[in-house]
Amino acid sequence: MEAIAENTAKVDNMIDTKKDVQNNSPESADLSNLETVGIPFSDNAKMSMRDVDVFYGDKQAIHGVGLDIGQNEVLAMIGPSGCGKSTFLRCLNRMNDTIDICKVTGSLQLEGQDIYDPKLDVVPLRARVGMVFQKPNPFPKSIYDNVAYGPRIHGLVSRRAELDEIVETSLQRAGLWNEVKDRLHAPGTGLSGGQQQRLCIARTIAVSPEVILMDEPCSALDPIATAKIEELIAELSENFTIAIVTHSMQQAARVSNRTAYFHLGKLVEVNETEKVFTNPDHSLTEAYITGRFG
Amino acid sequence: MDKLNLDQHISQQFNADLEDLKTQLLEMGGLVEQQTINAVNAITTADSDLAERVIITEEEVDHREMKLDENCTMVLARRQPAASDLRMVLAVAKITRDLERMGDEAHKIAKMSMHLTEDGEAPRGYVELRHIGSIVHQMVITSLDSFARFDVDLAVKVAQEDKKVDQEYKSAMRELITYMMEDPRSISRVMNIIWALRALERIGDHARNIAEHVIYLVKGLDVRHISVKEMERQLQQN
Repeated sequence: MEAIAENTAKVDNMIDTKKDVQNNSPESADLSNLETVGIPFSDNAKMSMRDVDVFYGDKQAIHGVGLDIGQNEVLAMIGPSGCGKSTFLRCLNRMNDTIDICKVTGSLQLEGQDIYDPKLDVVPLRARVGMVFQKPNPFPKSIYDNVAYGPRIHGLVSRRAELDEIVETSLQRAGLWNEVKDRLHAPGTGLSGGQQQRLCIARTIAVSPEVILMDEPCSALDPIATAKIEELIAELSENFTIAIVTHSMQQAARVSNRTAYFHLGKLVEVNETEKVFTNPDHSLTEAYITGRFG
Repeated sequence: MDKLNLDQHISQQFNADLEDLKTQLLEMGGLVEQQTINAVNAITTADSDLAERVIITEEEVDHREMKLDENCTMVLARRQPAASDLRMVLAVAKITRDLERMGDEAHKIAKMSMHLTEDGEAPRGYVELRHIGSIVHQMVITSLDSFARFDVDLAVKVAQEDKKVDQEYKSAMRELITYMMEDPRSISRVMNIIWALRALERIGDHARNIAEHVIYLVKGLDVRHISVKEMERQLQQN
């Protein structure tokens, strides 16, 4: 049809003159004077971080990050490998203390209390701010003892019946109770990967933390186990504040209220998750979530 | 900082998929634009061959609509696009629908043109048809240009023109109704012109929809169901 040929020529002309969708050239994405865009702070902050710098020896891994995690919020942290998101997460319960050359400066507060106060005991801090890791790491003990471990060492219970109750509620909240209630004394390491991760979550919530940090909790799991953990995150957010580091952008989009984008140790953007995934404010966020880094 | 190439996806195939969507949409747009001007020319010059061509092209437009829908679904399912890519796929899917509806309206005008050839020329309305037809044709072109160039200013221009078309349409209606009241024997023929004008006005509405989808695509702003003034205000604030 001649009309089609005519139009194809027109189309070619049109395409030649196309511009970028967003008017953000890579050159405009200069990080030296970067200020975090979006809404990094919250009126209802559970944890409040300001001007956080982290150094590994001479190398600076985090540059002046300011961020709040709201009460009962699920905050996702995304970014390319090596952008500092896990480093930042680990600062939130002083997990980095175990690395000798790691130095953290700035203000990091949990409900107004400085968590880097030298007088502060990290053991109760880590009970208040629990952590779930990338690889499920149950203790080589029974399922029961895995969950009971925390309440025992923190002296949260005095009677066996109380401990039984904590173990049962924690496993129920972690969505694992029905699958393990008949074999509580079998080794935790005998469970499947997804079950082990939920066991670790049960172990974390057994000490009634206020904040749960999750460092890529699903990256070693299959899609069904992942879906169960994601479902669990939504339920847990009713009682806990959650910060999750994930490499899966779809996961961040599914589970979080706000999403923070890190790039080369800087916090580039924090916004409502819906906004980040439909119309982010910063060109670097846009480039990362649309898969344009390379 | 690292030198980043933000224009291209890591996946070349993803680039190609999105580029294909754009190209296919613009080709379909070109067809519909041709259909619009052919339909107006067919009715104003009583050219039944041209009207026949508009009617035949309709099938091709429908076919392209289905093909584009299928391709949008494929990109959504395989790539899970986000941000501007997601907006691109959504905009293409919506614009496709508007284009198909524009094709339907052009088809209606061609039908009216054939009725008029059979029943005899209408005594009035050709000037209005030519006038509104030329504004609407330009709107179709501008809306497609705004998509091809991601140009928000052009999109706003389409919305402004749509307002003008609505006014011209109302005034043409008033005149033609008055005429029919004076000469009731002309009613059936003038009605054909009225239906054709109505179809043109609808094509203008769809061009405005396209412009709104382009604004969503480029700025992430939903500017449907608001006045042109409000649209301009929101864009200025953005």
